Amino acid sequence: MRYLPLTDADRREMLSVIGAKSVDELFRDVPTSAVLGAKIGGLPDHQGELEVERAFQAYAAKNLSPATTPFFIGAGAYRHHVPSTVDYMIQRGEFLTSYTPYQPEITQGTLQYLFEFQTQITLLTGMEVANASMYDGSTGTAEAVLMANRVTRRHKALISGGLHPQYRSIIETTAKWEGFGAVIGRPDIDGLEDLIAAVDKDTSCVVVQNPSFFGHVRDFAKLAAACHAAGALLIVVVTEVVSLGLIKPPGEMGADIVVCEGQSIGNGLGFGGPYVGLFATREKYMRQMPGRLVGETVDADGKRGFVLTLSTREQHIRREKATSNICTNAGLCALAFTVHLTLLGEAGFKRLAEINHAKASELADRVAAIPGVKLLNDSFFNEFTVRLPKPAAPVVEALAAKRILGGLPVSRLIPNDPSVENLLLLAATETATEHGMGPLVAALKEVL
Amino acid sequence: MVQSLDRSQGRAGGVAAGPTNTHGTFTGNRALQIEEPLIFEMGQAGRCGVDLPEPPKVKDRLNGLRRAGEIGLPGLSEPQVVQHYTRLSQKNYAIDMGVYPLGSCTMKHNPRINEKVARFPGIGDLHPLQPVSTVQGALELIDRLAHWLKTLTGMPAVAMSPAAGAHGEMCGMMAIAAALEAKGERAQRKTVLAPESAHGTNPATAAALGFTVKPIPANERGRVDLAALKAALGPDVAAIMLTNPNTCGLFEGEIVEISKAVHAAGAYFYCDGANFNAIVGRVRPGDLGIDCMHINLHKTFSTPHGGGGPGAGPVVLSAALAPYAPYPWIVKDGEKWRVAEDGAKVEGTPLGRLKAFHGQMGMFTRALAYIMSHGADGLKQVAEDAVLNANYVMAALKDVMSPAFEGPCMHEALFDDSFLKDTGVSTLDFAKAMIDEGYHPMTMYFPLVVHGAMLIEPTESVAKEDLDQFIGALRSLAARAKTGTAAEAFKAAPLYAPRRRLDETLAARKPILRWRPSNNPPETDPVKQAAE
Repeated sequence: MRYLPLTDADRREMLSVIGAKSVDELFRDVPTSAVLGAKIGGLPDHQGELEVERAFQAYAAKNLSPATTPFFIGAGAYRHHVPSTVDYMIQRGEFLTSYTPYQPEITQGTLQYLFEFQTQITLLTGMEVANASMYDGSTGTAEAVLMANRVTRRHKALISGGLHPQYRSIIETTAKWEGFGAVIGRPDIDGLEDLIAAVDKDTSCVVVQNPSFFGHVRDFAKLAAACHAAGALLIVVVTEVVSLGLIKPPGEMGADIVVCEGQSIGNGLGFGGPYVGLFATREKYMRQMPGRLVGETVDADGKRGFVLTLSTREQHIRREKATSNICTNAGLCALAFTVHLTLLGEAGFKRLAEINHAKASELADRVAAIPGVKLLNDSFFNEFTVRLPKPAAPVVEALAAKRILGGLPVSRLIPNDPSVENLLLLAATETATEHGMGPLVAALKEVL
Repeated sequence: MVQSLDRSQGRAGGVAAGPTNTHGTFTGNRALQIEEPLIFEMGQAGRCGVDLPEPPKVKDRLNGLRRAGEIGLPGLSEPQVVQHYTRLSQKNYAIDMGVYPLGSCTMKHNPRINEKVARFPGIGDLHPLQPVSTVQGALELIDRLAHWLKTLTGMPAVAMSPAAGAHGEMCGMMAIAAALEAKGERAQRKTVLAPESAHGTNPATAAALGFTVKPIPANERGRVDLAALKAALGPDVAAIMLTNPNTCGLFEGEIVEISKAVHAAGAYFYCDGANFNAIVGRVRPGDLGIDCMHINLHKTFSTPHGGGGPGAGPVVLSAALAPYAPYPWIVKDGEKWRVAEDGAKVEGTPLGRLKAFHGQMGMFTRALAYIMSHGADGLKQVAEDAVLNANYVMAALKDVMSPAFEGPCMHEALFDDSFLKDTGVSTLDFAKAMIDEGYHPMTMYFPLVVHGAMLIEPTESVAKEDLDQFIGALRSLAARAKTGTAAEAFKAAPLYAPRRRLDETLAARKPILRWRPSNNPPETDPVKQAAE
């Protein structure tokens, strides 16, 4: 077995040092009822690298790769070009195969990039502090609600109908089992939802998304003011972080907590994970944050260095009084994010956002020109919603049969709701080309 | 003193070198150890590490919300970015470099074939919301891993979506809450029992769900005190959360009695599977009477820890808890795979959703590649070699260090600090001295039930000759500590790492969590100082 260095001679010698006759003796505490005679049945034995590769090639062959086909799906996960440097860097063993930086003297590499990551997040979101990552945007959003409940000592969250439906489900699940109230808005198809009147003295937070799940770009400054007047926090969720290159950041709208899905920068689609959650807030709420934080300090020689800090918030110190149970987060995905954003820099990041907006604008105009199709958005970044003359799910299936991945039928994420049955969500990033848009528009005309 | 003063070229004096350059080089560097500034101290307007086309001019559809002003991101070229992060990488210890005996973390070899297959076109680039007809292979892959996990644990169901171990704990404990609610007992059963040696995530998870955590003491053999457990069980108890093998590296020999007592009291048994590596392929937790257990794919099944994640924490469930498994899961209808997502008509009453999309697919792929590479025969050998290596370390050190408990251990060897008594050397000092010997220290001060704990988990990946050197280094350190005159030297360690001991108190007292141009006042900023 190529991964196991011990030889039979090693094993015999080691057993004699231990003073055991066989390895079974070391397992003597296992109850006899649970001792298995031989290896576990019904499973194959070990295989060489070649056989393993072939097996995965066979899995891959049964899927339709977005690289080979017109592709326009978004809905919280976006297809962007990731520079080769990113994937090379995260595969360096010193990053890939290290653990959470508990010993800072020999993990300055991880700690410094996380400090850079935290700084990048504050700049993008317009916030004051950020943590070293969450699992993803969806779980980070539920953690933000819990944090708002702690800060305000209130237990009622208002959830916008413009929030990604699966994010809403996670908040509902958390609310049900952790014991707080979540008032969920109707799907905000037109982007006209007004939550200001619903904010009251029991409200812990309002959770909105920008651009919304349906693609609308909103200004939440007035909502922020209303929240603050009522003693509530405004949580702004961004599922397409590239939008922050072009759109006014949530921090400038008065957000108290900003959560982003960071997948778009540095991280591939990966069939849904692992991704990376970005989590930022105001300095005054710093000690209520979940997750790891990296801080600057000095070493015994006075040299600058970085450490995990404020860990008295965390489960390994505070146990049942911790701000969250989170332990492992998304360190390597955060590195991918940081390397990609560093490559882009100010100019590249802004230009990437401009290109995304331009591509989506072109697609929106071309799709909206198809007879019977109505564009629902006055505003959007790189994703928008259209109403089709018939249910969207079979249309998307018909497109898939032509090897076109033509958006998301909203009914997949909001089932059993006639008001969204005909809605199709389409995204276009810098990866969209005429070779994709042309066939999509032609195929849509054909199947509608 | 006049040198290059421009931060963008800022190697002079070493931006991070501090007020005194103790190494006597112009740069502050020491051969392969290169002092590296932050990217924010390196940027130049007009530099960019990507080439993107000029965007076509279109009318904004941004609702008048175009971002104004600078974001503040630095501009670097591609070679600068490559050098920067390569230099940072060289300040890290890693499994790829040597023994990483961090107890409870299972730092085993991370095979590169796993990285390769996870990036195959048609696997690594799939969108989670593609029509299911276009991702049949991906769904089959997830189901195949689920099959292995169920078979290896002897459990009938598995929830694949949790993102890491702690997230899996949340999933399992929510399933228990859901089962209690279905029986009308949720309001009455508000207590969760957990040993004092439990991982911090256990009480944190239980408390988040509104349970009161009641600690269960250990007996003198480092196992759960069965009599104390039985006394604590009652109509108020929802569950026990127990790690097995436990955090002292010991198998809970009375686990079957524990599970019987827990079930007789109407409660559920949550098993923390962080230490599954010790028994994988040899013992099925399902045969021990548990109700659920999370599996850290980044431990037992070698998906890379990546400096703190990503992980994946699938949770196996007993028949009693399976009806409450969260969305989504994979279903086979005839020859076709589909995903049961929110709102799907299903048997049972799912507890809800814990994560967007379908879980940590990238980790599933790597874990399955690892599992297939080992097979049933290899996995059994993994557990045996992991246990053998730990017992070898224990046997080779027991005369100079102080094992916390008698008898063989499982996959990790636990020592207390009594061998350091009156030496002036603490567990922390001992650990830091290991760094100078070229090792990552063991887990320190955990579990909490052992004074000055040192928890050593070599894993099965370490060759005997490397273990022998590791043992030799620890024996030498122990002997040096016991001379009684080495305390100062230990407290100065590490001397040879990229940094000496860092001031964690300062970091917490005056938190600096981001770079700002003004972070370093002129009197301590080497660059500003150089300018004067």
